[in-house]
Amino acid sequence: MSLLEAVRFAFRTIRAQKLKSFFSLIGVLIGVTFLIAVVSVVQGMNRYMVDRFANALIGANTFELRQRPSIVMDDVTEDVWREWRRRPRISYDDADYVRERIRTPATFAKFCSDRVNVSYGGKVAKDVDLVGTEESYFRIRNYEITAGRTFTAQEVRAATPVLVVGSELADKLIPGLDPLGKTVQIGGLPYRIIGVVAKQGTLFGISLDKFAVMPFNAPGRRLICPINILDALIVRTDDPTRMQGALAEAEAAMRARRQLKPDQPNNFAFQTAEGALTTWQKISRILFLALPGLVAISLVVGGIVIMNIMLMAVSERTREIGIRKALGARRRDILAQFVVEAAALSSAGAVLGIGLGLVLAWVVNALTPLPAAVAPWSVAVGVVLGVTVGIAAGVYPASRASRLDPIVALRAE
Amino acid sequence: MIRIRELTRAYEMGTERILALRGVTLDIARNEYIAIMGPSGSGKSTMMNLLGCLDTPTSGEYWLNGEEVSRLSDDALARVRNREIGFVFQTFNLLPRATALHNVELPLVYAGVGGRERRERALRALDRVGLANRVQHRPNELSGGQRQRVAIARALVNQPSILLADEPTGNLDSVTSEEIMQVFADLHRGGQTVIMVTHEPDIAAHAERTVVLRDGRVESDSRGSALDPYTPATAPEPLAAAAGAR
Repeated sequence: MSLLEAVRFAFRTIRAQKLKSFFSLIGVLIGVTFLIAVVSVVQGMNRYMVDRFANALIGANTFELRQRPSIVMDDVTEDVWREWRRRPRISYDDADYVRERIRTPATFAKFCSDRVNVSYGGKVAKDVDLVGTEESYFRIRNYEITAGRTFTAQEVRAATPVLVVGSELADKLIPGLDPLGKTVQIGGLPYRIIGVVAKQGTLFGISLDKFAVMPFNAPGRRLICPINILDALIVRTDDPTRMQGALAEAEAAMRARRQLKPDQPNNFAFQTAEGALTTWQKISRILFLALPGLVAISLVVGGIVIMNIMLMAVSERTREIGIRKALGARRRDILAQFVVEAAALSSAGAVLGIGLGLVLAWVVNALTPLPAAVAPWSVAVGVVLGVTVGIAAGVYPASRASRLDPIVALRAE
Repeated sequence: MIRIRELTRAYEMGTERILALRGVTLDIARNEYIAIMGPSGSGKSTMMNLLGCLDTPTSGEYWLNGEEVSRLSDDALARVRNREIGFVFQTFNLLPRATALHNVELPLVYAGVGGRERRERALRALDRVGLANRVQHRPNELSGGQRQRVAIARALVNQPSILLADEPTGNLDSVTSEEIMQVFADLHRGGQTVIMVTHEPDIAAHAERTVVLRDGRVESDSRGSALDPYTPATAPEPLAAAAGAR
């Protein structure tokens, strides 16, 4: 009997007992659903973290020289916090010193920011991210300007009070009107809006468009940073592969400037997109480590269910086995029939599980800000697992069936 | 075609050893129509199982078409059953969920015959037993006589050397029984070797030779129909022994 024949027999039997077949494959179904859904969500989360979170907050091939890390997701002890706070802050001179000593082609921007209130006429926008920086900042962030222009190097040098604003801030403060040329107030100081940045969207539901950018030394700078002090020097290398080189140059320059001895640790920090991702990567690694265990449990349960169903099927169909043997079925024919039947059941469960997993991933995608991404390998793994579990669960019942004595089997009720 | 020498079959029942066959010697030629009779416990079921290669003897020889089949492996016996023997059972033993056509195709599946040829041969076999218009029916949609015809078609489809029937009319009324006997007679006329195990004398009467077993031995072996004037073949006992066995 050919394998194709065995598969045909198997599906004939499964079709004849739809409900029973469905219940017997439910364990495998759940296992594979779980596999597909979790992998999809974790992968989607991964991509979200890389694309949106890290790159939106820091940017690709970009690092920031800071007093202490700005994005911290790990638990940090009190001692570490205290040490971070005691560190000297990054001064204008530090930034210029490092900038001069980085040989790798790169773009630099002094950076400082804090939350302020911006008002126009009677309206006040609260908690606006006010950024003080240089003209290169827009290039580093890849901001697209939809109206007006960015400020120039001359305006930075002259500390001109001009603003480039996020789209949400513009809409909120000056709804329905062209924001360009309007003068808004920040801390009692007048700023003229010269440009609007294209919509950036949201991150974990928080708007990324409620910000304003001004030259770092413009009159309102004391609102965001003390005199001569910066939050960060942002460095973006032209060549993504050379970011680590630039980072090493920056580290060497800072250590020299701070006159640190070789055994002293850095009293400054570098923030990179990858660095911000390490915690997330830790979480996703744990999920991926736990996943096989969880999937294995449901597949083992599913396999045991299928094995029991097959044992029942063998005893229910003893007479059928006797008939088949009388008509010339060899042991391996009977063995193949029941193994294939178990494998077909289990694969059907896997296929349904894949379908359900895809639906779950789609639902997560549609209802949450997380873009669930289905990993093709997880689908392949699901199919392979389904077939394997079925074969493993089918072997014992099938070998019992194949060893039945035809005379005894024919006499069975 | 069949040569049986001193065939014995013992069963272990706990500590006891029961001899179901105590040395049977029998020859059956091609195109014979033979009935094997005997009361319960006479060993005729054991004989049927051995003839059908479902079981192997404890001792003795069984030659089928020049092959000693009594010492073959399980798989080799399966092959012999598939090629040489067509079974017809008292309870029909059709697969309940399969159509008549699929039931008849089964032996060909195990013989490795391809799909199209299989279907053609199964249809021809069903046509031969007069069921050409019932091929897509399932057993529970057929009458007892029709079911037994499906079973006969299945037994014949792989052109076996022997048609081996075990109480083929045991579950049928007398009219249907006669119809089935008619089918057997036609097949026999067409050259088919038929061995029929039965305890009903009027069914055995359709055969041209009757072997009566008692206590695991051949009690009588008579040529001619059991109800016809009695013609002794090898055993001298009168017919009354066979007929009165029940």
